Amino acid sequence: MRRAMPLAFGIAVLAIAAACGGNPPPQAPQPNADSLAAAERARQDSLAREQAIRDSIERARREAEERIRRASEDSLAALRRGTEEVRGMVTAMINFDFDKSDIRPGDAQVLDRKLAVLQANPGLTIEIVGHCDERGSDEYNLALGNRRALSAKQYLVSRGIDAGRISTRSMGEEQPVNPGHDETAWAQNRRDEFGITAGGDVLMRPPGM
Amino acid sequence: MTGPVFSSSSPRTLRSPRLVFFPGAPWAWAVAAAVAAWSAPLRAQDTLRPPVEQGVRVGITYTPGLRPGLLVLGGPRRDLLDSVRAIVRRDLDDSDRFEMITLPGSDSLMVAVGAGMGAPAAGTKSGSFVNYALYQALGADYTVDVVDRPDSGIAVMVYDVKGGGVRKAIPVPVTDLKSPDFRFDVHRASDEVVRAAAGTPGIAATRILFENNRRVYRVDADGADAVAITQPGGGTMSPTWAPDGRRMVYSEQAGPIRRLVVVDVASGQRDVVGPTTTGVNFAPAFSPDGRTLAFSRSDEDGTHIYAYNLADHCCLQRLTAGRFSDNLSPTFSPDGRRIAFVSTRAGAPQIYAMSADGTEQELFAPFDYGVTGSSYAPEWSPDGLHLAFHRDVAGTYQIFVMDVASRSVRQLTSAGRNEDPTWAPDGRHLAFVSSRTGTRQIWVMDMDTGRVRQLTRLDGARLPSWSPRVSDTNHH
Repeated sequence: MRRAMPLAFGIAVLAIAAACGGNPPPQAPQPNADSLAAAERARQDSLAREQAIRDSIERARREAEERIRRASEDSLAALRRGTEEVRGMVTAMINFDFDKSDIRPGDAQVLDRKLAVLQANPGLTIEIVGHCDERGSDEYNLALGNRRALSAKQYLVSRGIDAGRISTRSMGEEQPVNPGHDETAWAQNRRDEFGITAGGDVLMRPPGM
Repeated sequence: MTGPVFSSSSPRTLRSPRLVFFPGAPWAWAVAAAVAAWSAPLRAQDTLRPPVEQGVRVGITYTPGLRPGLLVLGGPRRDLLDSVRAIVRRDLDDSDRFEMITLPGSDSLMVAVGAGMGAPAAGTKSGSFVNYALYQALGADYTVDVVDRPDSGIAVMVYDVKGGGVRKAIPVPVTDLKSPDFRFDVHRASDEVVRAAAGTPGIAATRILFENNRRVYRVDADGADAVAITQPGGGTMSPTWAPDGRRMVYSEQAGPIRRLVVVDVASGQRDVVGPTTTGVNFAPAFSPDGRTLAFSRSDEDGTHIYAYNLADHCCLQRLTAGRFSDNLSPTFSPDGRRIAFVSTRAGAPQIYAMSADGTEQELFAPFDYGVTGSSYAPEWSPDGLHLAFHRDVAGTYQIFVMDVASRSVRQLTSAGRNEDPTWAPDGRHLAFVSSRTGTRQIWVMDMDTGRVRQLTRLDGARLPSWSPRVSDTNHH
């Protein structure tokens, strides 16, 4: 592709040179039918050559445009892929021990990634929803879920995120992700979910991530 | 004669008055009525009985049965009487105040024709139905029967076995089995039987709200007529009766928030409680005068108890403070002056109390720090003497009751997981959630005898609230 334009251009130049070089030198004004016909042919040839040049330029232009279009599509897709990846960092859940709202050491890293994303995307606002397993007391679980949501929010706010960018609420034990009745299910259900409430269409990847 | 059969569904204390209930076998009644009527054509002249309350004359009850039209009159009437009899018998059993004595049909017929055995009734024709001497020998204090009234109504009769007369005749207004009020009218009569025999009314004419599959359900105190009364998809929780028994309040999910809705039960009219349109609002409780709603709210400030003047739609007041503790599940004392609630101020949730204005906060149910399990969901008994709640015992929940005066705490359950107790208006029965059969269902316990019965048989049930006694039929 990249070689096409010079090649076409070279052929065009050669064609012009051949056309010029191939013609007899102009003679004294002795017009005759043959020379008139020859002139006409030359004129026609010249028109055809000009057309060929125009065509080749047009072709080259279209090809260039196509390349630019593809390149920008590639970069949009890359941007979109990046946004998805960053969004995944924002929405990754964290889990809790039974009847606890402390952030577990492993989950601090998950929150640190969210922190970096929030810093890299000042327009991004999120919602944290606290959930509980079915073992706790039904109504108390609404309070416990609230504490879990506030706990994650506090982690982010204490590291510099504006409190107004994070809303919180509790679903108690009303929305389990795993409907089972064993420790595996309970462990999955004791969680904070993170949702994007605004500014999440294009997300910049935090530096170094 | 094989002799009378004594049956009792569970061991009882011997303090309970003994109560004979006439059997409900239709044929036994038909025969007994025919025999009695044949031998007593002048029953209406019976003057040996004490005056009967409310104009019901005992003795003419089966006179229609003697007439040729017996079978015509008898069909639906027998169905009605038998249905009433079955409901009353169960209500009296569920009151847990009596030792129920059951006579099989054949024996009761023998008893019925054994004229002369009952002292006060001896020689009177109608006395053949109430054989006081025999029932006294069986250990009965009261005998209950369901009879026709001359005005085409029916009545529940309470006979005083020792005194030898009618203690009370309780008219039952409904004569149609298909009437929507039928069962509840009979329950009211049952409660009057309990009043006549035990001095305090029963709790049959009450209803329990609960939640199942995010909908509010209502069930009669005998377990009948369990129906959903809110639409699916409402995400409802915490249904709670108002003290007038005409309104209820519950928490419903509305997008990101949970709000409280007061519903007039008869009309279905809904009113969203004004200040509950932000945050997660739940676990509401009416003040005893019905004017104030206390509730819990979880939001950015944590979880706290608020009070709102429902009567004047004003004056939202936050009653608890503190950034580092959750406060929830308020319950008013019956005089309206105190509120018990759950707080995490000492770490694990425990039961505290405060004045209704939020002052004078104190630990209410004593606990040993780090030893006593977390405690939840307090409800003050209607007589003010007790506080019921549930507490973590070895990783599951059990029902506890605290004696308010002495602050002594006693565990009432041990089988399965048991939680969220609610008091019956008699102050001695509790409904609660139990998983003892595998699924969470509502159960009823009598605190005095320890007797338990299962109230619901659905795919699940939780968060019950027991109504006050309901005086009018317009309660559905």
